[in-house]
Amino acid sequence: MHLKYESTLREPLVDGVKDYHQVTEDIISPIEGKPGKLWYVGFFISLALLGFGAFSVFWQIYFGVGVWNLNKTIGWGWDITNFVWWVGIGHAGTLISAILLLFRQGWRTGVNRAAEAMTIFAVMCAGQFPIIHMGRVWMAFFILPYPNTRGPVWVNFNSPLLWDVFAISTYFTVSLLFWYSGLLPDFATIRDRAKTKLRKLLYGVAAFGWTGSTKHWQRHEALSLVLAGLSTPLVLSVHTIVSFDFATSVIPGWHTTIFPPYFVAGAIFSGFAMVQTLLIITRKILHLEEYITLGHMEAMNKVIVLTGSVVGCAYLTELFMAWYGANPYEFDTFFKYRAAGPLGWSYWIMMTCNVITPQVFWFRKMRRNVMVTFVMSIIVNIGMWFERFVIICTSLYRDYLPSSWSYYRPSWPEVGFYMGTFGLFFTCFFLFAKYFPVIAVAEIKSILKTSGQNYKEKMEVYEEESAEKFAHDVAHAH
Amino acid sequence: MAVKNFVVGLFDDEAVLFPAVKKVRTAGYKLHDVYTPFPVHGLDHAMGLRETSLHTAGFIYGITGTTTALSFMSWVFNVDWPLNIGGKPHFPLPAFIPITFELTVLFAAVGMVMTFCYLCQLMPGVKKHIFHPRQTDDKFVMVIELTEKTNAEEVKNFLAAAGAKDINEQKAEAGWWFGRYDKEDEFYTRQIQTANA
Repeated sequence: MHLKYESTLREPLVDGVKDYHQVTEDIISPIEGKPGKLWYVGFFISLALLGFGAFSVFWQIYFGVGVWNLNKTIGWGWDITNFVWWVGIGHAGTLISAILLLFRQGWRTGVNRAAEAMTIFAVMCAGQFPIIHMGRVWMAFFILPYPNTRGPVWVNFNSPLLWDVFAISTYFTVSLLFWYSGLLPDFATIRDRAKTKLRKLLYGVAAFGWTGSTKHWQRHEALSLVLAGLSTPLVLSVHTIVSFDFATSVIPGWHTTIFPPYFVAGAIFSGFAMVQTLLIITRKILHLEEYITLGHMEAMNKVIVLTGSVVGCAYLTELFMAWYGANPYEFDTFFKYRAAGPLGWSYWIMMTCNVITPQVFWFRKMRRNVMVTFVMSIIVNIGMWFERFVIICTSLYRDYLPSSWSYYRPSWPEVGFYMGTFGLFFTCFFLFAKYFPVIAVAEIKSILKTSGQNYKEKMEVYEEESAEKFAHDVAHAH
Repeated sequence: MAVKNFVVGLFDDEAVLFPAVKKVRTAGYKLHDVYTPFPVHGLDHAMGLRETSLHTAGFIYGITGTTTALSFMSWVFNVDWPLNIGGKPHFPLPAFIPITFELTVLFAAVGMVMTFCYLCQLMPGVKKHIFHPRQTDDKFVMVIELTEKTNAEEVKNFLAAAGAKDINEQKAEAGWWFGRYDKEDEFYTRQIQTANA
């Protein structure tokens, strides 16, 4: 049996004295009950936002891209900013479920399900921006390589924009499969507990006929591990490819080799911030404080302070290279038009939110403070949005031709579209929180004995004795 | 569709289940399956199950994706429509890498999940016999198939000695089917009657 010895210094991942049945009860009973008032309020606000977004998109498609405040100088504005931001949000989910699974990080089990759901919804939001940006969205299928009737005109496989198509769609598909294959056992648990016929039917269909057979678990574990192995480079590749959209161009401020690692770190940074925002609300509303503990939040805050510092380091490297590279255009972009200039305010918001404020997480007290974490998670998300805005707009608004220099502020359909994706994201997340197990029940059960509170209590007997004695006793328990 | 007789033993703890599984194998009973609410590591070895080859399948799907991407892009740019795009070469291998990588991952992931579902006979709407409603919650269920040679009472006593809590006998459809879970299901009852006849 796989019972490993853990240090007594390590805090339990599941608080409270639980047995397997209690875990099921705690996580699945919110699905079986009626949602609370807060849920309805949140859900209808999200639906309203979604409706406003749909109207903005309709407006834009009906009248054309001209209703956006893009111009010849600034061809990419809020749309691509939001696209990159949403894709970045998604990265934490895959990181938690894949990379931390490979690294055998037990704390991922409490948060992976919600984080993966977040990934899927975020990628759904992201994908809309480049598609709507095309203008004639009914021609969107042109980006797919298929033998068409207008002669064999193929897509350009050399183009980073096409790489994006493949990267984002692969990312979405693989994340969805990973998420759903993990949900099967939990759907089966809900099905077998169901009191009403409708619930039994729906979750019976969703569970694909899962029984919990040992052979199935064996294959399931193999599947999860290989999917994690496949998703790990995928996480890194997706935002790398998104950064190629910029890095392969000749625009000063975009054409840098630091972009791939810098974008990936930024994505994980903003993704973890969004996971924090969502989980702090979820654990409060669904009373899951015992499963999503302060320890979990602290672990994620450590990732935030690490990736935030990597991002800060990348900003400074860019500034250094702009000076050291002795390219006058590059120098002007960074020192005259980003740090100063009409859009300079956005640069300083970015610097404050991403580099300065996250440093509070060097202090343990701050990492374990729910309010501080919540406020920080929102600040980081704002900061990372501004990072993409700074990269895109402050590189474009002062181009090589001073006569075309301009300023940029979004029009209402641009803002409305962005709000609409928030509506979509939170509508999906509210439905997820109501109808899906927000915590991977089976995975929590598998770590319960090694890292639950009751286990720690049992271990107190051994406190005066050696760790070897304890490990020996556990190994020969049967 | 075969309906078989089973003796079902319920265990509360995986620590009791493990030695019981080993004893069943030494006693020579036909172990149908063990159902657990979460993956119990090492149980597959204790049951003597073969290591899964799902990884190999994944590898094969992966290299299929790699070859598909590389050969398709080369065919398009060199054979089907050799177009000069900004003076770039027709076979720009570095530019092909991102899409090749993505298709490798896509083929491997989709192929593996489909293979997993096929091997485990999982599909939307598939029904299987649930030996105990709490086998996906907190109980560990060991199911021993009765053959002509085995005596039901003997197996029951054996399970009780091994630490099983609730022991009962069930006639069940061992395979999988489409339909409802209810015991009153016409298909289900009909099968049992023919088995008794």
